[in-house]
Amino acid sequence: MFTSVDDVSARLAETGYLASPAVATTVFLADRLGKPLLVEGPAGVGKTELAKAVAQVAGARLVRLQCYEGVDESRALYEWNHAKQLLRISAGRDESWDETRTDIFSEEFLLPRPLLTAIRGEEPTVLLIDETDKADVEMEGLLLEVLSDFQITVPELGTVTATRRPFVVLTSNAGRELSEALRRRCLFLHIGFPEEELERRIVRLKVPGLGAALTESVVRVVGALRAMDLRKAPSVAETVDWARTLLALGAGTLDETVVRDSLGVILKHQDDIQKAAAKLDLDAL
Amino acid sequence: MTALAERITGLVGALRAHGVRIGTGETVDAARALEALGLADRERLREGLAAALLHGPGQRAVFDPVFDLYFPRGVGGPDGAATDREALRDRLAQALAADDRALMAQLAAEAVDGLGGYGSSPGSDGWSAYQTLDRLRPQTLLARVQADVRGGEGSGGGFADRLLDDEIRRRIEAFRRMVGADARRRVAERRGPDEIARRGVVPTADRVDFLFANRDQLAELRRTVQPLARKLATRLAARRRRAARGTVDLRRTLRSSLSTGGVPMRPVLRRRRPVRPELVLLCDASGSVSGFSDFTMLLVQALHDQFSKVRVFAFVNRLDEVTGLLDHGRADPGGLGARIRAEATLTGWHGSSDYGVALGEFAERYGEAVGPRTTVFVLGDARTNMGDPNLAAVRDLARRARRVYWLNPEPRAQWGTGDSAAPAYAELAEMHECRTARQLGALIARLLPV
Repeated sequence: MFTSVDDVSARLAETGYLASPAVATTVFLADRLGKPLLVEGPAGVGKTELAKAVAQVAGARLVRLQCYEGVDESRALYEWNHAKQLLRISAGRDESWDETRTDIFSEEFLLPRPLLTAIRGEEPTVLLIDETDKADVEMEGLLLEVLSDFQITVPELGTVTATRRPFVVLTSNAGRELSEALRRRCLFLHIGFPEEELERRIVRLKVPGLGAALTESVVRVVGALRAMDLRKAPSVAETVDWARTLLALGAGTLDETVVRDSLGVILKHQDDIQKAAAKLDLDAL
Repeated sequence: MTALAERITGLVGALRAHGVRIGTGETVDAARALEALGLADRERLREGLAAALLHGPGQRAVFDPVFDLYFPRGVGGPDGAATDREALRDRLAQALAADDRALMAQLAAEAVDGLGGYGSSPGSDGWSAYQTLDRLRPQTLLARVQADVRGGEGSGGGFADRLLDDEIRRRIEAFRRMVGADARRRVAERRGPDEIARRGVVPTADRVDFLFANRDQLAELRRTVQPLARKLATRLAARRRRAARGTVDLRRTLRSSLSTGGVPMRPVLRRRRPVRPELVLLCDASGSVSGFSDFTMLLVQALHDQFSKVRVFAFVNRLDEVTGLLDHGRADPGGLGARIRAEATLTGWHGSSDYGVALGEFAERYGEAVGPRTTVFVLGDARTNMGDPNLAAVRDLARRARRVYWLNPEPRAQWGTGDSAAPAYAELAEMHECRTARQLGALIARLLPV
């Protein structure tokens, strides 16, 4: 899919995803080694965006499995279409039982769910397993076969093996410790908060109307906030939101009033806002 | 290629020695990553190997210095560098003002080369980061760099400039780390990377001894409280599920067997009443063990919804309840220790810890906090400063509580030395050695009542 690490960064940048060297290198390796990619990091740094960008670059179909508490086999892998099976049985009254039995457990009556869809696909596919940490531990066991061998075993049909390996991205907010078995099957990528330079470029790309000086100030203030040990440090998404807010407010430069009035855009807890205001020498709110 | 393979296995060996679990499969992946990336770009190689070998963000702190040793930036010192201290400081000030990381790294190498060498005979010489920094004193450049940045381009002044101090401090801190890394690299050239990687690299935060942790490590530990608590809560829930299944209730099994002619077809299990246990924590908050106590208090507070009631008491030589100070949301974890010492009455006539008096006071004032459903944890090194250990109070506590555990942050070998009353207490309450966050996590998962 990619020829070099530079190729990855350049092509991701075309879709509007600016990748740090770590991200570009790891994506390149995941493609080259054919291993799934486990992406961890705080909320709002672009974990899901990465999968979407890769899909767009590769011209691949994006198959997404959104995990939640209680997601199970029939939501993730496949399900038999019971209604259709019943119809088939009642339609063929004169057949022998053996014919019916072999027929109703065929591909036609199988409802593929995301994992099976991604495995069976003939065209290039990016499989995104989002928020893996939200799923139960049992679900991880289900993923192991898919992730290590790219195959799924359906008892009535046999084993379905991928003809074309999908590019797999798993994301996690570290809400729960993922099992060691799952981790060892993946390349691990931790996306943290970006370097100042990269974040400036991101803001410039997403909010082109904002002046260069203001962009720099915004990034510096956010950087200082992140160093403050807050309950929820502002993420890239918040930086971009803030930049958009400042643009909408028509602020030319950052000053105390503007920061004080818009601090709620980047900080989501009242204690954090108070703490930040104190450290930044704003007047009491 | 064999030399490179050896590098990789050496790197993996060093990481394993630091407790990172890496299987053979991952080592092979790392080698394939090396093949795919080549050696041209070192930072890419670093990211690639990290992706293949590591499983969590916490391991990165160990990986980076070890990587620097096995894939060094260069060999030997910079050639023909000026070793003049003042000139070096001038150039460093410029690099800091411009935030030029590449130049800072180069200056770090020059500084170690020029200022950090000691000893002369081949066996005893080496390179010292401490000596380099002591002679170079980068922290004293703060004012100068500030003036440079402010005066230089006149970056518009404005709001963001009030952040300048902190930014420059962070840059200086980064430079100090570079010096440390370069000194390690030079020493590793002389003695081989294996030895330095095992000894010279700081372990991950959860393996640091509580008693010797510095401020940064304690801050790092505090950040691990929430993830650790979530992990422990999952484990407790699993234990609770297993425990709820219970044992066979013989009387009811026989009773129900009458309907099948006296043959017990279906065993009846004893149902456990779901009772959330109560927890009482007695923490020594004196200077020597406060890091340990603070961490444990935060951890227990993070687990508070697992229990019907959690009460926390702190003592030095007087004892006071501090449950209110730990309230959720309000807790500023960094200042917790200071707040406890400021707001609670912990000391009487003098400032050193006295277990006997404090335990006696607990029995007297808060005796009603302990009942048959209560599990008590005592945290402390059991060093009484030669005072009376007041064993009667502990005996009384052990009699009334469901269980009493004592977590001692000292190594077992030191129990009973000097003024430690640990062996005497250990006879009355189950005492466990608890020196690192990792040990604490394992103990809590095992000892907490379900």
